[in-house]
Amino acid sequence: MWNRIREIIRKEFYQTLRSPRMRTLLFGPPLLQLILFGYAVNLDVENARTAWMDMDNTPESRDLLAAFQGSRYFSITAVQRNGIGVQELMDSGKVQAVVRVLPGFSRDVKRGNTASVQILVDGTNSNTASIISSYASQVVVGYAAKTVARQQNSRLMPVSAMIGGAVPSVIPVLTAQYRVWFNPDLRSRVYFVPGVIVNIIALVTIMLTAMSIVREKEIGTMEQLMVTPIRPLELIMGKLLPFAMVGIVDVALVVAAALLIFRIPIRGSILILFGCTVLFLLSTLGVGLFISTISQTQQQAMMASFFFFMPAMLLSGFAFPIHNMPPPVQYLTYLNPLRYFMQIVRDLFLKGVGIGSLWQQMIALTVFGVAILGLSVLRFHKKLD
Amino acid sequence: MALALPILMILLFGYALTLDVDRIPTMVFDSDRTPESREMISRFQGSCYFSVLGAVEDYQSIEQKVNRDECMLGIVIPQNYARDLLSGGAPQIQMLFDGSDSNTASIGLGYANAIAQSFAAEIQVRAQNRMGRSALSAPVEPRLRVWYNSQLKSKNYIVPGLIALILMIIGALLTSLTLAREWEMGTMEQLLSTPLRPAEIALGKMSAYFTLGLIDMLLTIIVGVVIFRVPQRGSYVFLVSSGCLFLVGALFWGILISALSRTQMLAYQLAMLTSFLPAFLLSGFVFAIENMPIPVQVATFLFPTRYFVKILKGIFLRGVGVEVLYTEVGMLAIYALLVFLVAVKKLRQKVA
Repeated sequence: MWNRIREIIRKEFYQTLRSPRMRTLLFGPPLLQLILFGYAVNLDVENARTAWMDMDNTPESRDLLAAFQGSRYFSITAVQRNGIGVQELMDSGKVQAVVRVLPGFSRDVKRGNTASVQILVDGTNSNTASIISSYASQVVVGYAAKTVARQQNSRLMPVSAMIGGAVPSVIPVLTAQYRVWFNPDLRSRVYFVPGVIVNIIALVTIMLTAMSIVREKEIGTMEQLMVTPIRPLELIMGKLLPFAMVGIVDVALVVAAALLIFRIPIRGSILILFGCTVLFLLSTLGVGLFISTISQTQQQAMMASFFFFMPAMLLSGFAFPIHNMPPPVQYLTYLNPLRYFMQIVRDLFLKGVGIGSLWQQMIALTVFGVAILGLSVLRFHKKLD
Repeated sequence: MALALPILMILLFGYALTLDVDRIPTMVFDSDRTPESREMISRFQGSCYFSVLGAVEDYQSIEQKVNRDECMLGIVIPQNYARDLLSGGAPQIQMLFDGSDSNTASIGLGYANAIAQSFAAEIQVRAQNRMGRSALSAPVEPRLRVWYNSQLKSKNYIVPGLIALILMIIGALLTSLTLAREWEMGTMEQLLSTPLRPAEIALGKMSAYFTLGLIDMLLTIIVGVVIFRVPQRGSYVFLVSSGCLFLVGALFWGILISALSRTQMLAYQLAMLTSFLPAFLLSGFVFAIENMPIPVQVATFLFPTRYFVKILKGIFLRGVGVEVLYTEVGMLAIYALLVFLVAVKKLRQKVA
């Protein structure tokens, strides 16, 4: 039995690796996808193009300008004297935000009235817009706090001169201290690149498995294989094992690239990562096998793989957080093997946790893998008879 | 298939997938237990951005909860918080964020900061009023106004961009696969050996998929506007006509890929790499182009989706027309023409 399996594996490897085109296809696209995803998938905001519109033009308003210029989140790319150009700048998307200081700004600040700074934000991309709004508020509030401190000092100065010493401040200052764990610089790349690994492995192994089996059906070699003494189970093992190996090699390749090109730290154990990859491959190979039983042509197989992969990727928590989805959809994601592997990979990379916190996901992956693979094998068996 | 995929995608993006940050799972460790500390916590409970799941009794449990993904934010209120606050000291509360999901974390950080700041300002004002001083309340305050998408809903910018993605899948992916199959089976050679000219074949092959793409586009627009209430502020005529222009370019690209690769496997890979992935990643569909490194930004100019996504968002959200978007429309036209010429040339070479 093992002999026959070994022969099929040899045939499969020979067939897939024979042409140089296929060799590049197995390993080229995963790397290219990693680089593409790694660089493009980025939700951080820096240097938001900002127009400055100062209708007050006093030392106070220029102080505020300096505060915006000093922030790495804003770069002032346009200076406007009046409101006419603002509409055009915003409509064409040349700037993402406009800071407008109204006349009388410095007068209000000096008198202790509340002066307001208008900030117009382009909300087209709501994500970028919320980040820009919160940074802009922080700049203005920071400026306000400095102004308060300055004003209090100047008011207390005559008093302290009279009593010959500093007046103890009785105004409480409440501050919040932030500690960000796991990704202290809040760089989205550290979060996304590990997720890309999951997507690439899923895509490559599902697609390859489904296509290679359907291809035999399409060109009629499946019949030839069936008249040989090879038993269906041996055929399946011989077909799946090479792609499992390709999947593992791809993981190694992509993880190495993630570490070297993107310098993403991996804090957990690489051994656990590979162990979980094997568990995950059970599911993807199973799905690929299942797709091969429902498709007659390679085109159908590709479309079916795509049809499975697309929602599975989107509902895995890769880019869109699961806890923001409506509750029924959240329950649905529990049926998605990508969800579990996504969490395992991210926890391993970012948090460096061990099996102690991952065992639930690992059990889920095993259960899904065995179920999907078992079902597909049964179905494949029936189709052959 | 050609109809089910767009429906599936728009349902997913319209209903389930959002980048809006709300209900951030939060845990509290209040070691002060005074009316003042409870007031602080109630600010977080009252905000729609946070959902306070409960309180814990010690610092370790907060760390543990963050570690195990049970919450994203832990708020720690120190002992003597109220005493310091009332005596004019400088109490400090601590916020512990799980930063793994940097996007949710940085937006959440902004909201948490805003809550803490406004509470702090209120405390100062209260203290000053108690001392009978003239109110020195915050001298400058930001007034935010958001244009084009004032509720900051992510579906309002994702659903319009989805049209570009769907048209690219129909145009380039499906077309190239079907035609590659014809090359594989030899029916394409038969067609080319008839007196039909390559340009005629290309146009004829295209028209069937063009109809399909058009139906998908209209379907997406209708579902998006009627069911998901995405605002459409621009002209429908301009929307559909620029969509057709983009679709033509995508279809010729599909024909070109099939002529270049001639096997389904290769056609699929090429179509994925040159149409679907750039449409998904390099178009500004979800991920803003201006945040990418410069070389990647330059690369986005090579793919037509970038221009079309800009047109789509311009029409839907800003309500602008040709007068603002003429460069993008021009680029789409140039792209379609260029790809058409190259595709016809390739087909002609195959005949010779």
